[in-house]
Amino acid sequence: MRNRRVRTVFSFVGILATLVLLWEGYKAMGAATGGTWPFTDVELPIRTNERSMPHVWDIVSTLFSEAQRGRDELLVTVLLKAALFTFRSALIGFTVGSLVGFGLGVLFVRSGLAERGLMPYVVASQTVPVLAIAPILVVWSGRLDLPIWVPVGAISAYLAFYPVAISTLRGLRSPEATSSELMRSYAATPNQVLFKLQIPAAMPYLFPALKVAATASIIGAIVGELPAGIREGLGRAILSFASSFSSAPEKLFASVLVASLLGIVFVALVTLVERLTIPAGNRLDPNELAMAGQGGAA
Amino acid sequence: MMKKSWRLLAVLAVLALVVAACGGEADGEGTDETSATTAAQNGDASGGDLTPVSLQLQWFAQAQFAGYYAAVAEGFYAEEGLDVTILEGAVDIVPQQVVATGGAEFGIAWVPKALVSNQEGAGLVNVGQVFQRSGTLMVSWADSGITEPADWAGKTVGNWGFGNEYELTAAIEQFGVEGVNLVSQNFDMEGLLTRELDAAEAMIYNEYAQVLEAVNPDTGELYQPEDLNVIDFNEVGTAMLQDSIWVTEDYVANNGDTIEAFLRGTFKGWIFCRDNADACVQHVLDAGSTLLTGHQTWQMNEINALIWPSAGGIGVMDKALWDQTVEVATTQIPELAGVSIPEGSYTTEFAEAAVAALNDAGLDTAGANFTKAEVTVTEGGE
Repeated sequence: MRNRRVRTVFSFVGILATLVLLWEGYKAMGAATGGTWPFTDVELPIRTNERSMPHVWDIVSTLFSEAQRGRDELLVTVLLKAALFTFRSALIGFTVGSLVGFGLGVLFVRSGLAERGLMPYVVASQTVPVLAIAPILVVWSGRLDLPIWVPVGAISAYLAFYPVAISTLRGLRSPEATSSELMRSYAATPNQVLFKLQIPAAMPYLFPALKVAATASIIGAIVGELPAGIREGLGRAILSFASSFSSAPEKLFASVLVASLLGIVFVALVTLVERLTIPAGNRLDPNELAMAGQGGAA
Repeated sequence: MMKKSWRLLAVLAVLALVVAACGGEADGEGTDETSATTAAQNGDASGGDLTPVSLQLQWFAQAQFAGYYAAVAEGFYAEEGLDVTILEGAVDIVPQQVVATGGAEFGIAWVPKALVSNQEGAGLVNVGQVFQRSGTLMVSWADSGITEPADWAGKTVGNWGFGNEYELTAAIEQFGVEGVNLVSQNFDMEGLLTRELDAAEAMIYNEYAQVLEAVNPDTGELYQPEDLNVIDFNEVGTAMLQDSIWVTEDYVANNGDTIEAFLRGTFKGWIFCRDNADACVQHVLDAGSTLLTGHQTWQMNEINALIWPSAGGIGVMDKALWDQTVEVATTQIPELAGVSIPEGSYTTEFAEAAVAALNDAGLDTAGANFTKAEVTVTEGGE
């Protein structure tokens, strides 16, 4: 157990170091060759200058320098506050989206008609770009005088519900036929089958989907902040630094770094809840999920 | 069984922690709105019977809108009996559409873009022409030898599209420039900095500064104005009027007093920013923690120069510039081709009355003696 944890930490640090080395190595190569692949005239796909790829240490040091001249607040503080704000919208979206997704899964497993009728719309909803939906939701909620976090949470939920719905459905169908037959032989009602057999069986499927939903809800919250004109979140920070990209690129990279950190933290929280909820033996890793899913569908 | 309830407790604890971490500020949390209530907190507002109105900006807080932020923060709107809520712009937000659909009473828009919206039935009227000059430039490297529109012949010239290209296309047409390779340009100066573009579109208060805030890799120093050639559309003669205040026709017919009061407050804000640029920069910075101080200081100075001097008084339309804008718009913009722009598309009635009132109060509404300050450019705009 201890050994495994040490290895996990080592591999995390190792991968981080490798990424930094790749980034800086690519930059160094570009600087040495004048922006082409070595021994060729073929241009590198991404320019290696300071504007396109700032040094890793510049990105880190900008995080720990003041965000605005003459103000004490560090950029990292500003960005973490923004991340917390965005996390709040994402949490609303995640919660609503997961409940809706779970509800849809239950509905579909109970009613083949509902599944056949609604599933195409569920799938279609995910092919409409969220960039197109977001302004519409913002305008609607503006007309209805709803608080501004409503459309942002809704956009976030819109991205989050889909993986949960699909995985719940698969999970609810996962019990072996013999288990269902046993329940039926006990004259269990459909509700009893649902609560005593199907939902417990679906839990291991649910958590991988919740991890996908967690990251999706953050993307939804950030994208939703853009048309909503929300000042406090990561969306504004990214937009604001993107507009000064030419002169201060490291700030944009720093805000992207914090956004991805937020995703990692959110997924880690879901994982923590998973560990506390599901005994180790019953957890699925994504590879098993695919195989078990086939078994369940059969 | 014991173990199970322990797990449940632990899960609840995690959830409670998360909610607690997030919920702390959830109550009474502000949205993107800046309201005159901040002025009330400063003790400037009398409180009580202020008329609530909103103003929709084209983009988020920056010195381009300093006058409005100053009017809120310094209590100028409250003095005029208004409680003004500033709605920041955002991606996909079009102020003239927001005003037309009743989302805000006042909106800031560029004249040609508002004319296009009017052609689509927005029914808006320009009640105050705040910027008397266009802020659009075409920037190229000094060593390219591009000093006038004719030099664009055979060159790669960037433009932003989305209705930002018409001053350029009008200039190309007016000077009969042949063989210009027009390409779309991102809203930044990468294309020029990497020399993929021979000339690039830039706002004097934004992208132009971004070039000067960037380090020249050859010298290790910032790029200098001498490194650049600038073609100014105001001098070329194809400039179109930009930031102006728009309301619906209905609003003009029924709320003349409010419009006049709004313009008085707004003009006081811009006069304040002319005379107290640093204080205005601070008001803007207070509205956005990710804004860069150096860049906003530059922007404030350039914005002042787009407004001042205002020969006929701030916000009063210069008919010659309106006619030039309409001429360029109706020859260059496909949606407006051959359209005759109605007489009532702008009115100077309210702006003139507001200027007269402020003149009587002893304020300088023309700024005849205005000169640009020297602003030191900072690396990265910091």
